[in-house]
Amino acid sequence: MVTERIDRANKEALDRILKAQPTIVGIGRAIDDIPGMTEKTILHAGPPVKWEDMSGPLKGAIIGGLLYEGIAKSEEEAVEIAESGQITFDSCHHHNAVGPMAGVVTPSMPVWIVKNKAFDNYAYCTLNEGLGKVLRYGAYSKEVIDRLLWMENTLAPILKEAIQLSGEIDLKSILSQILQMGDEGHNRNKAGTSLLIRELAPYIVETDFSTESKRDVLKFMNSNDHFFLNVSMPACKCTMDPLGEIKYSTVVYTMARNGTEFGIRVAGLGNKWFTAEAEVIDGLYFPGFSMDDANRDIGDSCITETTGIGGFAMATSLPIVKFVGGTPKDALNYTLSMYEITEGENDIYKIPALDFRGTPTGIDVRKVVETGIAPIINTGIAHKDPGVGQVGAGLVRPPMKCFEDALEDFVLSLEEEGLL
Amino acid sequence: MNKINELFKKDLKVANIGLDSFYKDLKSQKIEAIHVDFKPPARGNKKMASLLSRLK
Amino acid sequence: MMKVCHEIRKNTYYDSVTLMLISKELKKMEGIKEALVGMATDLNKELAEMINISSEDIKSASPNDFFVSVLCHESIEKEIILDKVDKLLNEKKKESSLDYRPATLDSALKYEPNLNLALISVPGKYAAGEARKALNKGLHVMLFSDNVSMEDERKLKELASEKGLLMMGPDCGTAIINNVPLAFANVVKKGNIGVVGASGTGTQEVTVLIDRLGEGVSQVIGTGGRDLKKEIGGIMMLDGLKSLLEDDETSVIVLISKPPHKDVAKKVLEEVKKSNKPIVVNFIGGDKKEIEDHGGYFAKNLEDAAYMAVNLLRDKEDTPNYEEIEKMAKMEAAQIGSNQKYMRGLFTGGTLADEAMKIFMNHMDVYSNIPLKPDLKLLDIHKSIKDTCIDLGDDDFTVGKPHPMIDPSNRVERLLKEKEDESVAVVLMDFVLGYGSNEDPVGEMIPSIIEAKKAFEDRGQYLSVVGSICGTENDPQDYKKSKKRLEDIGVVVMPSNAQAARLTSSILKLLRGGSCE
Repeated sequence: MVTERIDRANKEALDRILKAQPTIVGIGRAIDDIPGMTEKTILHAGPPVKWEDMSGPLKGAIIGGLLYEGIAKSEEEAVEIAESGQITFDSCHHHNAVGPMAGVVTPSMPVWIVKNKAFDNYAYCTLNEGLGKVLRYGAYSKEVIDRLLWMENTLAPILKEAIQLSGEIDLKSILSQILQMGDEGHNRNKAGTSLLIRELAPYIVETDFSTESKRDVLKFMNSNDHFFLNVSMPACKCTMDPLGEIKYSTVVYTMARNGTEFGIRVAGLGNKWFTAEAEVIDGLYFPGFSMDDANRDIGDSCITETTGIGGFAMATSLPIVKFVGGTPKDALNYTLSMYEITEGENDIYKIPALDFRGTPTGIDVRKVVETGIAPIINTGIAHKDPGVGQVGAGLVRPPMKCFEDALEDFVLSLEEEGLL
Repeated sequence: MNKINELFKKDLKVANIGLDSFYKDLKSQKIEAIHVDFKPPARGNKKMASLLSRLK
Repeated sequence: MMKVCHEIRKNTYYDSVTLMLISKELKKMEGIKEALVGMATDLNKELAEMINISSEDIKSASPNDFFVSVLCHESIEKEIILDKVDKLLNEKKKESSLDYRPATLDSALKYEPNLNLALISVPGKYAAGEARKALNKGLHVMLFSDNVSMEDERKLKELASEKGLLMMGPDCGTAIINNVPLAFANVVKKGNIGVVGASGTGTQEVTVLIDRLGEGVSQVIGTGGRDLKKEIGGIMMLDGLKSLLEDDETSVIVLISKPPHKDVAKKVLEEVKKSNKPIVVNFIGGDKKEIEDHGGYFAKNLEDAAYMAVNLLRDKEDTPNYEEIEKMAKMEAAQIGSNQKYMRGLFTGGTLADEAMKIFMNHMDVYSNIPLKPDLKLLDIHKSIKDTCIDLGDDDFTVGKPHPMIDPSNRVERLLKEKEDESVAVVLMDFVLGYGSNEDPVGEMIPSIIEAKKAFEDRGQYLSVVGSICGTENDPQDYKKSKKRLEDIGVVVMPSNAQAARLTSSILKLLRGGSCE
């Protein structure tokens, strides 16, 4: 009886994922568009975390955010303000938002507005800053702040107008295409970025801004292979949010890390987080860096894996597997092993190398605990000290404890209802 | 009903569950085989195994 | 002194991950402190700057340019580094790793829906569960695992019988289905003799001898050692027998088992009676009259079973060459000293030890860890007395260790211990080849055999070593080569375990002046 109830709920969960219609509808501003945002709110990646428990890169990004907002004039002052309690820190996920790495969102930041047209819900994400010393990896030097200001004053207005001219952009078809072009939607975004530029370029040219600004915007997007990540993430976020209220479902609808802890949320258990200490990633490090420099796993970007792309679609993106010294066959095996823990397969996101089989979709807590196979995540690695930036990339899995605790809680909730 | 005699007329396709060496022996003879990477349910965690069994 | 050397190649593209890996490899080279191989993107230029190996050339390079920059000991020539980079860039990757290994039978079936047999060898406490899942999915099962309860075994076999599936085991070591050896089995020619066996090594010996006599097998079905006990009722042997009776490829059938429960024997023999195909029955120590009354052909041991089956198929009357054995016995006995009297059988296959003891039984008492009579049980299994046969595969010896067919090191130690005993005249051994067994069971023993023989020689004595090889020419370990290697060090290799035992027995008779008491 209970099994059928769960299976039915999980089928519904998968159904909602498959039905989702993520669509870019515009560019907004955090304070204006993100629900619950205030002048004194700073959002961050992962499950909620107190200032004193935050890791280096997250603290660095918050310092940078305070400097960018003009709330603080110096690093010292920023730390003082952060410690004082006058700023409300909260998880992006509590505000229909997601952010890569530190995932810091401050009130003035421009955001992508992505709508799931099947369920009329929205998701928000900041614009991607590029590689190297950037806020999301905890850097907050003057060049970082200057770039953020340029993004606010030049990039965002031009994109906003371009989207107004082009009309909304269907992300589901772009995502399905990029999986056939070597991207997996998380750690390789070359194809996605290229397609997005193709969509936007004619309208950027049509905007009323100076040629120089328009050229800078196009160059900026072109120079950053990960520009599309901040679009694929909210696409996945608005795909998963409608699962948050499916009673009896054991499908995971959130996976996120704040650099200290890894957290998951399960459809049948609503907003409750199940957390455990995040892992240090054994990946490929940039020259001059090693695992000793690495921060613990961080970022909301594993919302892509939660939706069934990213690491789950590794078989579409064979170069990625080299990050752990693997072979193309290993990449196929990573994807194949994810079918062991998922509810079903995507009907649109297909994998050419697996005879166009759909990506493994809808992580089932029961299956994770039963098989002992944790989801596989492709990710970047941040330096543990604020201000340094990315030091490598690799593959990581969530701690099994998150899933075990969730399962226990799930059984308990059924007991309380008298169903067990 | 006798599936045994049906099997005698087919190519053997083996699911090897357990010892890796048996799988390697089959592969070395070019027999179609899949190795099932058996792990005790819930990695041998009794508490988890019992929680899972309650959901079945 | 350290130096920085660099190189830029204009408009040469490699993907960043490949280049990161090459950087990592370069850094492992002796004398290299830092290395950066990359496309001249802003990020990489910055990295080079940070680790102090940038240059003006690199700073002005474009993202389409490829560069190498290295901080190394001044004695290292730039060409050597660039050679290494080129080698790494053009390196052919080794054939990529493993085939996919699904976590469960369910997902294996999604991956390959046509699987038809599950070979299960998981720890005992999970074995019945896995077997049940496989049967419920319509797969035939060979269950190698032991430590399955009698009740589980019966339920599994009832379920399989109901579904018309094979349920070979638990504790089934040997089967050959559609000429594919499974678990511990030999590469036996394809032919028309079908076998149902409740003993692993017993079945191996019979099938190997069939092969050596020039015939082959249609199907070899294992039942597991307890199938003919009262609790199980011979379910698998009955179903196996029925399937062989219906099988067009099978003309002669051999049944092998330790003494069955009498009710079960009766049930099986009732089927034998109905059969229109000749059936050789080797219920070790079974009732000859009862078997013959039911129209079965009684075989007194494994070798006999193989000969009978082949003779029935060919309508001939071949037997082992007993005169030859007597001749060989005389030659061996002539070399053995007058103070040497005893035999030590060191077996890896339990049924083979059993068969040998039955051959000795009529004229001598043999002590053992698995004795034929309770009063012949060794008090200390690690110490042989008088005439002793040891089954090194018995649980007494295998706790926490692999079976001696896989790892013969226990037997090596035991032989080296036996060599100290001056009263020993003959050592008798089996060598089991085939899949599942050690890669080279003969090679594992050779040094200790040489050492043992030498120890006797040093004392002015002669140790007769008699062996038989349970294997075929097509086994991965190669019967012919194995035989030659043993003969080269003075081992008398007999064509069957029964003949090896018979030779040993004849030698002992000669040493004891015709009496073995």
